[in-house]
Amino acid sequence: MTWEVALILSADGLANGAVYLLAGLGLVLVFSVTRVVFVPFGDVIAFSALTLAAFEAGRTPPTIGLVLTLALLALAAELWRLARRREFARMPRALLLWGLLPALPCVFAWAVAGRTLPAVVTIVASIALVVPIAPLIARVALQPIADASVLVLLIASLALHFLLSGLGLLFFGPEGFRTEPLVGGALTLPGGFPVSAQTLLMIAAAIVLSGLFYLLFERTLHGKALRATAINRVGARLVGIRPARTAALAYGGASLLAGLIGVLVAPVTTMYYDSGFIIGLKAFVAAIIGGLSSYPLTAAGALAVGLVESFASFWSGALKDVIVFGMLIPVLLLRSLLVARVEDEEEEIDG
Amino acid sequence: MKNKLIRYAAVAVGVATLAAGALAADLKVGLSVSLSGPNSSLGIPYAKGMRAALAYLPVIAGRKVQLIVLDDGSDPTTAGRNARKLIEEDKVDVLMGTSGVPSTMAMAQVAEEDKTPMIGLAPISPTANPWVVTVAQPTQLMVDAVVERMKRNGVKTVGYIGFSDAWGDLVYNALMKAAPAAGIKVVGNERYARSDQSVTGQALRIIALHPDAVMTGGAGTPGALPFLALADLGYKGGLYGQHGLINADFIRVAGASANGALMPTGPVIVAGQLPANYPTKQIALTFRKVYQQVNHAPTTDAFSAYSFDGWLVFADAAKRALAASHAQPGTPAFRTALRDAIVSTKEVVGTHGVYNFKPGDAYGVDRRARVIVKLENGKWKLAP
Repeated sequence: MTWEVALILSADGLANGAVYLLAGLGLVLVFSVTRVVFVPFGDVIAFSALTLAAFEAGRTPPTIGLVLTLALLALAAELWRLARRREFARMPRALLLWGLLPALPCVFAWAVAGRTLPAVVTIVASIALVVPIAPLIARVALQPIADASVLVLLIASLALHFLLSGLGLLFFGPEGFRTEPLVGGALTLPGGFPVSAQTLLMIAAAIVLSGLFYLLFERTLHGKALRATAINRVGARLVGIRPARTAALAYGGASLLAGLIGVLVAPVTTMYYDSGFIIGLKAFVAAIIGGLSSYPLTAAGALAVGLVESFASFWSGALKDVIVFGMLIPVLLLRSLLVARVEDEEEEIDG
Repeated sequence: MKNKLIRYAAVAVGVATLAAGALAADLKVGLSVSLSGPNSSLGIPYAKGMRAALAYLPVIAGRKVQLIVLDDGSDPTTAGRNARKLIEEDKVDVLMGTSGVPSTMAMAQVAEEDKTPMIGLAPISPTANPWVVTVAQPTQLMVDAVVERMKRNGVKTVGYIGFSDAWGDLVYNALMKAAPAAGIKVVGNERYARSDQSVTGQALRIIALHPDAVMTGGAGTPGALPFLALADLGYKGGLYGQHGLINADFIRVAGASANGALMPTGPVIVAGQLPANYPTKQIALTFRKVYQQVNHAPTTDAFSAYSFDGWLVFADAAKRALAASHAQPGTPAFRTALRDAIVSTKEVVGTHGVYNFKPGDAYGVDRRARVIVKLENGKWKLAP
């Protein structure tokens, strides 16, 4: 292996690692706040990428229908809950939050579709359109069982993944799509091998976004509420943090991350309706390295997964995934030796 | 799509059942293809091609033909189960299918066990299965054409990058068989999975070996990955593919990166560009017209044409079987007669080639079933 080859592989690995980093942050965010391993995260990535591809092809993305349907379901669930509690005064607010808010990006996307607009507009429309997906499906399917065991939540989220991925096949078809690069051009490394500007953009995006993430958690009230819920759900409730609201916030944040990942990877990899799952799975390896709770360890794990994957594809293309997922074994061994086992406490929380 | 097909199949069955008030029993064709799952980009065209075939020849020797379509979800186990269901519940006279070699093999096994003839639409591994033939070209025939072209273009060394599955192996083995005889050295064997996001590592290894050309062993849109990686890394040598890449979606995803790539295919892909005396030109143009009428879209892939050819081979054999034996369709005796007729097919002109089957050989095409095409600005151009 020469230096140029190692450099190119590292650049490729870091770009992949950047994607896994963002996805890993999303998974840890959702898990720490809600105890849900959010498997459909990958599907939201695929929806974002394929929505952008649909915009570029001049079609109206079918995602609009999905978001509207989900919004109707979530609204019905919310109104039913309020009606049962006879809290009619809060209904207009629910109507606004679960009905009108998710409909806004749909209207925007509908207006954008089929026109020739600058790439920025379609990208914003794609991201905005997928942001409501995770909070809405979580409201419909996961919130009613929010206090079930981690295993039940995992199975429910797995079922949601199969549902979304099936819908993806129905909406976008079995074929893969690539979108136009966000930035053109390439940087030539010494030795003549080029590194595309898109790779650099992905790495830069990961750095900026994880920086923003850090600031959000350290400096804002909402961020602190999320952290409080993650550390102790009962304690957070006692000081007046509503678990349903923090959960919606966590899902919204994860959905936004997934949307960003989608538009970042779509130009460099061929996205299929089920591609997101593999990205999510590798990010999950990173999240496991971070113990599903530590953001810095998850970030380090994500970069390690990206680099190992890239070098493994050079040494043995066919065994690449085996090597990446094989990383889990030593990591789990180490963790079980170093970290004291925390029992999964059955918490008594209602509503 | 799937619903539409199921509905269509149901209507076909329904119409045929009504018409079955007639005295003679109908002929039944059981088609199992991948309408969902990773192989659906092949399976959907197969099903559409079969619809066109049914519209082209709905009646064979005075008997109506029923078409029953099942989805195997790109899963070999389901394909095998579908085959058994079609034979045992629907009592089909002939099986056809499917996308992907493993699923086709699974169906072939059932066909042999239940003594029902099968016309495969995908290449199959050479086995001594007396009940199965295939209309696809053998991989060796196609790869031989590529190697001949490499030799003509002065290629001395070639790197290989393909799928890490049966398809990648088939193409690689065919290349290893043909290349030494042509004085071409195969210098690399890199593999990737259909679901991989990037093949930069594998492409770097190939480039480091400085081959005169690169041959890829992929199919469909995932097959575009090596072309994109090689173009990104600035590879300037020759690019060769195989018939698994003849697909409109491949062109869309590969874009400019595959420009100038040379691939073998059945002549139907460039039917309009063939010389007027080419044996398959006429039927290929007819097929396109029928396909357009039935599916309201032009055909651009090779797969739908295999279905059409499968139907033509079946129609010819069924005619001869009905003439030769007094067995009624739906009986074991008729299935045996049909099998005997299929394996003695002589000069049946299809869209992909001219079919001559003989017992002991699953393949029935010759050099007339392949041409080399070049991808030029998103269009396949005949490269004689």
